[in-house]
Amino acid sequence: MTAATSEPALIEVRGLSKRYPGVLALDDVSLGVRAGEVHVLFGENGAGKSTLISILAGANQPTAGEIRFRGEPMRLASVHDARARGISAVFQEFSLVPQMTVAENLFLGAEVTVGGLLAKRRLKRMAVEIIDRLGFPLKPNARVETLTRSEQQMVEIAKAFRAELNVLILDEPTASLTERETDQLFELVARLKAGGVGIIYITHRMQEIRRIADRITVLRDGKFVATEEAGVAEGRLIELMTGREIAELFPEVRSEIGDVRLTIADLTTARHSVDAASLDVRAGEIVGLAGLVGSGKSEVMRAAFGLERIQSGTVHLDGEDVTGRKPGEMMDRGLFYVPPDRRDEGLVMIRPVRENITLPALAEPPLAKGLGLDRRAEKRLATTLAERMELRPMRIERTVDHFSGGNQQKVLLAKCLTRETKVYVFDEPTVGVDVGTRAAIYRFIADLAERGAAVVLISSDLPEILHMSHRAIVFYRGRIRAEFEGEAITEEALLSHFFEREAA
Amino acid sequence: MAHTLKRIFVTVGVLPFLLLAALVIFTLASDNFLTVQNLTNVVRQSVYLVIVSLGQMFALLTGGFDLSVGTTLAITSVVGALTMSTVAGMAPDMAWLAIVVGSIGGIAAGATIGVANGIGVAVFGVSPFIMTLGISSVGFGIALYLTGGTPVYGMPQTFGDVFGFGTLWGVPVPIYFAVLLIIVVWLIVNWTRLGRYFYAVGGNTKASTLSGINTKGVLFVTYIICATLTAIAGMLLTARLDTGEANIGASMPLESIAACIIGGVSLRGGVGRVENVVLGALFIVLVQNGMNLARIESYLQTVVLGGLLILAVIADRIRIRMMASLQD
Repeated sequence: MTAATSEPALIEVRGLSKRYPGVLALDDVSLGVRAGEVHVLFGENGAGKSTLISILAGANQPTAGEIRFRGEPMRLASVHDARARGISAVFQEFSLVPQMTVAENLFLGAEVTVGGLLAKRRLKRMAVEIIDRLGFPLKPNARVETLTRSEQQMVEIAKAFRAELNVLILDEPTASLTERETDQLFELVARLKAGGVGIIYITHRMQEIRRIADRITVLRDGKFVATEEAGVAEGRLIELMTGREIAELFPEVRSEIGDVRLTIADLTTARHSVDAASLDVRAGEIVGLAGLVGSGKSEVMRAAFGLERIQSGTVHLDGEDVTGRKPGEMMDRGLFYVPPDRRDEGLVMIRPVRENITLPALAEPPLAKGLGLDRRAEKRLATTLAERMELRPMRIERTVDHFSGGNQQKVLLAKCLTRETKVYVFDEPTVGVDVGTRAAIYRFIADLAERGAAVVLISSDLPEILHMSHRAIVFYRGRIRAEFEGEAITEEALLSHFFEREAA
Repeated sequence: MAHTLKRIFVTVGVLPFLLLAALVIFTLASDNFLTVQNLTNVVRQSVYLVIVSLGQMFALLTGGFDLSVGTTLAITSVVGALTMSTVAGMAPDMAWLAIVVGSIGGIAAGATIGVANGIGVAVFGVSPFIMTLGISSVGFGIALYLTGGTPVYGMPQTFGDVFGFGTLWGVPVPIYFAVLLIIVVWLIVNWTRLGRYFYAVGGNTKASTLSGINTKGVLFVTYIICATLTAIAGMLLTARLDTGEANIGASMPLESIAACIIGGVSLRGGVGRVENVVLGALFIVLVQNGMNLARIESYLQTVVLGGLLILAVIADRIRIRMMASLQD
């Protein structure tokens, strides 16, 4: 444990674990945050950062392990409890009531009353004091829903100051801020540091780590990897974050590249999540799409599949113009999109495996029998596919939510085998999946390509892109930033286009 | 033992426990309760609620509900009776023509309520609560307006004689309708693609869309099926009453939702079985019948019914929690 230095930690976690049904989100993590330091949490999506901070903020209870505050063990039963000890978090999802004013939001749950009535004037005065001290350009009577996102974030931060502040947790606070607003935020962070506040800061941006981090703790797959001092080489951090895994994890893809199957030309979505993106995918080819969350790598394929409104541009499948068609129609024509979040979009968790696997195929022969359903054929198909995916346990009548994350993922992938498909799109196919299942999924994807299917692999997991793709495309803020082929697909090459460009 | 009970509760829900309790209590309370004649009576009386509950089940399966089933009954009854008496007035000798035309008219009018609900919920994305609540006021108003608030008479005698009070091979005619509809609904739900889609859309709308299902179309059909079934119940009830009435369905939304929930249909959608819904509806009528025999005042019966509904929902919540704990 690197945290064990002479300086005592302000807040420290020891052996912290958090288990959700089917997932170990946090696995025996230990780290300490000192007074007056900015401690960055670094890791991929799903590495456990969010779970960790939600526990520290009192919003979530750990399954095992302890939290120590100034050396004393403590239990945080609620967000309120954490606030009372001066531990406050600003999450990406704000906890503001849009219809209330800034002042009302600041003291929500901690209203001052006189004889049972709200001391409105006093509350407003206190709100003004906090806002002035922080130097935020906020009006206490403004309703929160009328504010910009960065102003709302200021309100969220200001909430932390209604009592004495010891630990401030910031979850990707600059994601929606302009450069100037970011500078202001960093000034504030510097002032807080000087005042002895410990700051836990989550970011994906290298530039920010260089600017404000004192120490960086890297998490991967819910586990503690290392705590590094500021000034650590970026390459080292990324290596720690992605974790080079055994080479056999990835199969060799021996496919023959054929004709163009899918062509996306100059595609812009209605909400501009994708901006003039063009790409094509050939039979037998695996094209990797890389980039940060929200960079457009996922949105471009969702739009092509009919999940997002397209403003301009075209999508062609085998030469046919399919721009703006519905998901069902796209599947009929041979495009299948496998979504990243199996609980949210992928599976009907409360229904059995059999029903989930065959859901996309019910309208087609052999399962369709007029208006009816050939349940024998359905059972046969589900059994065959579950066996092929090596579902464990092999119980296709069990509801999906009774399976582990890895096996749920197998059910999700089995769905795309029920239809004749020319172009498969896998969006984060290995999220929250153990290493063994991961290897099986990679083999599965390689098989599809080797049998002549075109594959689009959208992933935040770099090694996945590096090892699986014939071509790799990097997205940044809705646009295609770079494209690499074959040997040119290297970690350095891809990563150099991930983050905002440095001023030369 | 406790563990076994818990398992039974988690798999089948609260209904078996309630049925057992009701049977024991009412048998003790009245000698006339546990007789063939009385139980046959219960089955005959429950026909209308059973059919409406089958409709309600579709709405619940997709994660919504239909508060306008009462209004659908009213509109069906009023329009059906008005049409029937008009045709009977024009052609007094052709009773069956009047019956057929009137029934079609009534059921079509009832189904229109479902079309309106379907458009609101599926096309405009109005919450089922508001949409069906609003439509229930609209429809009830129309039913009262059409009749001026008075019952509609003048239907052919044969209509009531056959569909209200008739028997075939010793079994009341309405029961045949109920059995037929139960079979049809069971087939739809379990053996057709559409049936599967109700569960899928209710269980996870996004996943259904991504599986290529036309989720809006499914929702639209849901409310039409619900209204059509309710309308059939409405015509049968009209036959039983021998009049068209605007006030016949007031307690139906509560009773049909209660029957489904007690029968283990999830309020969150995606879970529910036809046979349990039928049992749920039978249970409610059984309780009402038992309370009548035990001479419990009808005002108090309303209290019991509301209580049972809330109890069933609480039991459902506990069941979800137990499900999670049994998983660990």
